[in-house]
Amino acid sequence: MFAYILRRLLYAIPILIGVNLLTFALFFVVNTPDDMARLQLGVKHVTPEAIERWKTEHGYDKPLLLNVEATGSAQFTDTIFFQHSAAMFVFEFGKSDDGRDIGNEIRTRMGPSLAIALPVFAIGLLANITFALLMVFFRATYLDLWGVVLCVVLMSISSLFYIIAGQYFIAKLWNLLPISGFAGGIDGLRFVLLPVLVSVMAGIGSGARWYRTIFLEEIGKDYVRTARAKGLSEIRVLFRHVLKNGMIPILTGAVVVLPLLFMGSLITESFFGIPGLGSYTIDAIQAQDFAVVRAMVFLGSFLYIVGLILTDISYSWADPRVRLQ
Amino acid sequence: MSFMPVILWTDALIFALLAGVLALIWFIRRHDHLRAPWVVVAQRPMAMGAALVLGAFAVTGLLDSLHYRERLPDSQAGKPQYSVEVMSVFDALVSGLRTRQEKTYSGPLAIQLYAMEFVERNGVAVRDYPRLQYGGAHLQHAEERRADIARRTLAGAAQGALASLLLFAGLVAWQARRLKLPVGTWLARWRQGSLNWPARTLVGMMALMLMLGGAMAQLASGYHVLGTDKVGQDVLYISLKSIRTGLVIGTLTTLVTLPLAIGLGIVAGYFRGWVDDVIQYIYTVLNSIPGVLLIAAAVLIVQVYIESNPERFDTAAARADIRLLALCLIMGMTSWTGLARLLRGESLKLRTLDYVEAARAFGVSNARIISRHIFPNVFHLVLIAVVMDFSGLVLAEAVLSYVGVGVDPSMYSWGNMINGARLELAREPAVWWQLGAAFAFMFALVLAANLFADGVRDAFDPRLGGRR
Repeated sequence: MFAYILRRLLYAIPILIGVNLLTFALFFVVNTPDDMARLQLGVKHVTPEAIERWKTEHGYDKPLLLNVEATGSAQFTDTIFFQHSAAMFVFEFGKSDDGRDIGNEIRTRMGPSLAIALPVFAIGLLANITFALLMVFFRATYLDLWGVVLCVVLMSISSLFYIIAGQYFIAKLWNLLPISGFAGGIDGLRFVLLPVLVSVMAGIGSGARWYRTIFLEEIGKDYVRTARAKGLSEIRVLFRHVLKNGMIPILTGAVVVLPLLFMGSLITESFFGIPGLGSYTIDAIQAQDFAVVRAMVFLGSFLYIVGLILTDISYSWADPRVRLQ
Repeated sequence: MSFMPVILWTDALIFALLAGVLALIWFIRRHDHLRAPWVVVAQRPMAMGAALVLGAFAVTGLLDSLHYRERLPDSQAGKPQYSVEVMSVFDALVSGLRTRQEKTYSGPLAIQLYAMEFVERNGVAVRDYPRLQYGGAHLQHAEERRADIARRTLAGAAQGALASLLLFAGLVAWQARRLKLPVGTWLARWRQGSLNWPARTLVGMMALMLMLGGAMAQLASGYHVLGTDKVGQDVLYISLKSIRTGLVIGTLTTLVTLPLAIGLGIVAGYFRGWVDDVIQYIYTVLNSIPGVLLIAAAVLIVQVYIESNPERFDTAAARADIRLLALCLIMGMTSWTGLARLLRGESLKLRTLDYVEAARAFGVSNARIISRHIFPNVFHLVLIAVVMDFSGLVLAEAVLSYVGVGVDPSMYSWGNMINGARLELAREPAVWWQLGAAFAFMFALVLAANLFADGVRDAFDPRLGGRR
């Protein structure tokens, strides 16, 4: 088991290198630091000197891959690639284009992101499974049919609609919860409720429908018939057998997103004014702050790979037939 | 010539896609085993009703893809000059909607402006809601509005009903003749629903759409049916123009990366070994980057490219179009991996089957085995992926436009409508019509696409075996 995890971690390194090279190519080769400087300075202030000054200030005035003027190992280290891309492997994200330390921002913004993302994940999973089990319990009846139709309708509605409608009706018209904002501790609960509610609603259509097909696939299997034959009640069959076995494919989908919860949700956070990593990213995209976008790409890929490894481990834990070697 | 045709990149691709689809239909019709699953799709009322709605959207989108530039009236005979504004056939058809622009917001079917202004009345300036320039301008008194709206709605619906009756009569005559049945027998079967296609649903749906369309057209000739936006443009017109953007994103995104997904997926599964390792590595890398961020990064870069090379695009439409195409490519880049992985798994399975082994024993080349034996047997997966992805992509466009990395801000799209109307609900009284229209149109398209996709998947997925 330990050896397996170690090997998987080692396997992750080439993938992260690939991500790094790809983002490097996107940000520095296709799009040179000169272009970035021009974009940041705006049309009015573009002069060759201003561009040079901007590049020096942000450390983009070095050669891309190989510094021929330097000596020794500095030939490789005193380059844009080493200082801006390779440094990310030790989680050295550097400074954003407006001069703040990205690593510091990430650490302080993780909390608010998790405060929304974790409840959304947990409640969403619970709600989806409950809804799916209900439909499976009433399978092949009109309740099931209309449940599926409702799911299709729910998943055909844009996620932006849930947010805007939730804010308008619940917060503005009925004044039940604040429209947006965030506070730490128990006081923050009233700020968290609406985004969580809205996000769970937005996910329930596709989630419940997907889980329903998983459960239906299980329910056609022999062991379920055996369980019924020995006189178990339908409820018991569903919870003790179908749910337990259906959890395996559900786990694959759920565990892989678990580490990504740190990143928060772009849209939800920006609509509800939550100072998390999602709104940080969206602000960076809108301000065209390439340093932050680059850092978030790397962080996201890293967390995704962690999620893949966790999925494998959870497989072996949930399904004794799976042996990691 | 009084106009110059303009073929934008996405126009060319859309018509190439249309030609491809028509060729595919022609090919499928001639092969019974390919036709069989489509016959199953055609028997599902839900799927066919959805297909009809999709068809209406598609016609609008296609008409909106025939672009041209009008000749300027004051240009000389020898040296024609053309307007910089790129128009489409659809614009010409609904020119009334396009040109009747008000000053600012006005509600759906309103005859007065949303905001108060000083107006002259009997020689005195008073603050009041001024009458609209076009919306309800034919009315003498404001009190006539309700009656006029009711009359127009009824008239339009009646015209729609009449048109559908005529269509239905044509259908009955044609079908009865084709099946050599008396008209009465066919009608009885139609009423019982015992024909081998969901004729009741389709006829009902068609009538409903025609009546709705007729009422809309009647109302639109005198009012702004869905109100006007901040600069006074008709919201119905914007919503209709956005259809093309939604369709382009939903279809071209999968289309442009389909060769990549099919090629790499099959090759990885078929050849295994190092080829498989390399391809798997590529898609794991692409997959591990969060989709929105990769799209954002790439769109920012495209934006920089367009801004630093303005001389390559002669009109604003061409610029917006190239950005739309780039967005499709980029979104495709992040979404082809799923299909490639699926095709790889399927090819791994197929390559061990007896008929592939036999082909190899006969010395058939790898290229021929892939094209004759592997590809036709994974084609249903490709088809399912294309129809299933469509609705997700249409929805994604709205989110991306909100983030600011979607289509060009000058382009009509539901995402841009929502983005522009972000703060309108905070006004007092709330301006809800632009948001409502964007969401309603998007919902109609996505719901129809989802229902149709379900029908296709059920018919083509052998795992489901006909059960739902």
